[in-house]
Amino acid sequence: MTAIDPTAHLTAEQIEELGRELDAIRDEVIASRGEKDAAYIRTVISAQRKLELVSRGVLLFSFFPPAWLLGTAGLSVAKIMDNMEIGHNILHGQWDWMRDPKIHSTTWEWDHVSPADQWKHSHNELHHTYTNVIGKDNDLGYGIMRVDEDQKWHPFHLGQPLWNFLNACFFEYGIAAYDLELGKNLHKRRRNTPEFRARAKAVGRKIRKQVLKDYVIHPLLSGPSFLTTLAATFTANLVRNIWTHSVIMCGHFPEGVQTFERRSIKGETRGQWYLRQMMGSANISGSRAMHFMTGNLSHQIEHHLFPDLPSNRYAEVAVKVRALFEKYELEYVTGPLPKQVFSAWRKVFRLSLPNKKPKVDAPDRDQELVAA
Amino acid sequence: MTSAALRSRAWKLLEMVTTPLLPSDYLDLVSPLRAGADLRGRIEAVHPETADAATIVIRPGRGWRGHTAGQYVRIGADVDGRRLWRAYSITSPTNRQDGRVTITVKAIPDGKVSNHLVRRAKPGTLVQLDQPTGDFVLPEAKPAKVLYLTAGSGITPVMGMLRDIDFDDVVMVHSAPQPQDVIFRNELHDLVAAKKLRLTEVHTDTDGVLDIARLDELVPDWAERETWACGPAGLLDAAEEFWSERGVRERLHTERFRPGIVAAGDGGEVTFSATGKTVEADGATPLLDIGEEAGVLMPSGCRMGICFGCVTPLKAGAVRDLRTGEITEAEPGVLIQTCVSAAAGPCDIER
Repeated sequence: MTAIDPTAHLTAEQIEELGRELDAIRDEVIASRGEKDAAYIRTVISAQRKLELVSRGVLLFSFFPPAWLLGTAGLSVAKIMDNMEIGHNILHGQWDWMRDPKIHSTTWEWDHVSPADQWKHSHNELHHTYTNVIGKDNDLGYGIMRVDEDQKWHPFHLGQPLWNFLNACFFEYGIAAYDLELGKNLHKRRRNTPEFRARAKAVGRKIRKQVLKDYVIHPLLSGPSFLTTLAATFTANLVRNIWTHSVIMCGHFPEGVQTFERRSIKGETRGQWYLRQMMGSANISGSRAMHFMTGNLSHQIEHHLFPDLPSNRYAEVAVKVRALFEKYELEYVTGPLPKQVFSAWRKVFRLSLPNKKPKVDAPDRDQELVAA
Repeated sequence: MTSAALRSRAWKLLEMVTTPLLPSDYLDLVSPLRAGADLRGRIEAVHPETADAATIVIRPGRGWRGHTAGQYVRIGADVDGRRLWRAYSITSPTNRQDGRVTITVKAIPDGKVSNHLVRRAKPGTLVQLDQPTGDFVLPEAKPAKVLYLTAGSGITPVMGMLRDIDFDDVVMVHSAPQPQDVIFRNELHDLVAAKKLRLTEVHTDTDGVLDIARLDELVPDWAERETWACGPAGLLDAAEEFWSERGVRERLHTERFRPGIVAAGDGGEVTFSATGKTVEADGATPLLDIGEEAGVLMPSGCRMGICFGCVTPLKAGAVRDLRTGEITEAEPGVLIQTCVSAAAGPCDIER
């Protein structure tokens, strides 16, 4: 929550007009989805599978250092592709329109310890609906960090740079715990509900399978390369975790991104919902390769406006969305990856300390949006 | 340990290697037509038959179990990136040496799949297949006298039979707008020349639609013949009435490509409980379309109520059969065909 509302200059009519213009952009993409898009995701999936196969093959000889390097690099990229451009986007239903049961949000499972259906609930339903609403969107700080001046400070927050670093290293486990709402469930003694136990069991099963594959089966298959393959898969998982964590931090944490109060979303219109997504997200600028490796989450603003449009179309959508930002005089938060990562980390450090001047009289956004 | 048990244990191990994917996800990259894979076929050639019909030559996967002449196969083709399933009669003989099968498709106006297959399908493309099915087939014992009553693309299952079996006495009455619209015309005329077939062509552009009463004159002994009829609903309705009136209804076998859909009312809120989606549905749109529009992965098949490829549990509420108007209410174990059922009030579909 910023003291000055950056959308205060917009009238209610303007906000609804903005919503209609965004709907038109969305409709245009939906009407033009077709063969080329389908070919795109199939090509990416096939390339990812081949890269993973070849990398695992190379790692069978990982006692030989160049093979270790090559295999580890390949496997890291394959895991990133699986999680980002493929898994994240398929699980959003971006490719459901193809009606291919093998590439569908209801059947897809990814190389990640959080089972797809649990992740879909916490991410697609909670985070994407309540984007950046403090107390509703747990993605804000993942329940372990203070990310806004208006959040109450606690001595626990002194350690948040360390928690954030550990979370980055073991990000997939962090996400699994987060999807389970582990903290809340352990605190409130809700862990004994059969519903929670079933979900915890599903996570346990997934972790067992993933760990067995990466740290037992593949090293065993490598025979004399057992230890080096083990180190390689560990490294690939670490690289994937740090990369995805960094990309995701850039989506909502950098300076300039707005957060919202719970009461501000009461009775929110479509235009206001769009506006919240626009002000609550940030992009990463860069090359096509960069966009690909982030699963096009570098187009986070566009993704939050249209979470179910195919990711390969965000780049063209971004041009039109950016023009709307300019038209309505709103700040389009974007920047190169290092700058955005630095900005997000600086915030993590800054907010680990209590505020010098806690903001007491934050304006009521809802009032302003309607009254303006 | 038996070899089957060994194999299944080896497969389990392989699944641990590939988790969360399956070994077949990788094998599909190199060998999509192998035994054990989901049934698919590869289009090898597309031969034009008429201005708007073409024969598609397909090499089916190893799991293909073969067909009986007159049966159809459901094909899932990716049209503009979207997988659409339709049923087509198989036109190749059952003993084709190279193991390929053919379907012959007539492009119907606004037909997404038929136009795609006739005009745009490229050799090398994979299509999804189901095992062939359908009971529009000959009996085990070859009938002595046969009549085929066909119109338009209704000739396709019959061509499968003619190519498969040498009949002693077979007559065909076939309707098409003009001579050049008759699919397989050269081949039919070759059969006539070889005295293997007696053929009457009705050209509806000049002769008008076939008046079924003309059969008495065209094929005087029609009532003695075992008859297979395939074509538009109008022709089949007329034939069924004609055969019934003469008391020989059991001699007539029909195949309908599209059901006559009756107008229905009601509609309501449809919940797809497995995916948690809820949408408003009118009383005339099939639940299959409603679900697909809402992004639910709906199993589908012929889309005309014949293949049961779309059956889904109805967990609550009621649906109306669009063909008969019949109402089905939810009960444990009740399955509905979503392609010919519409919401009759609020209902819950397990998808």
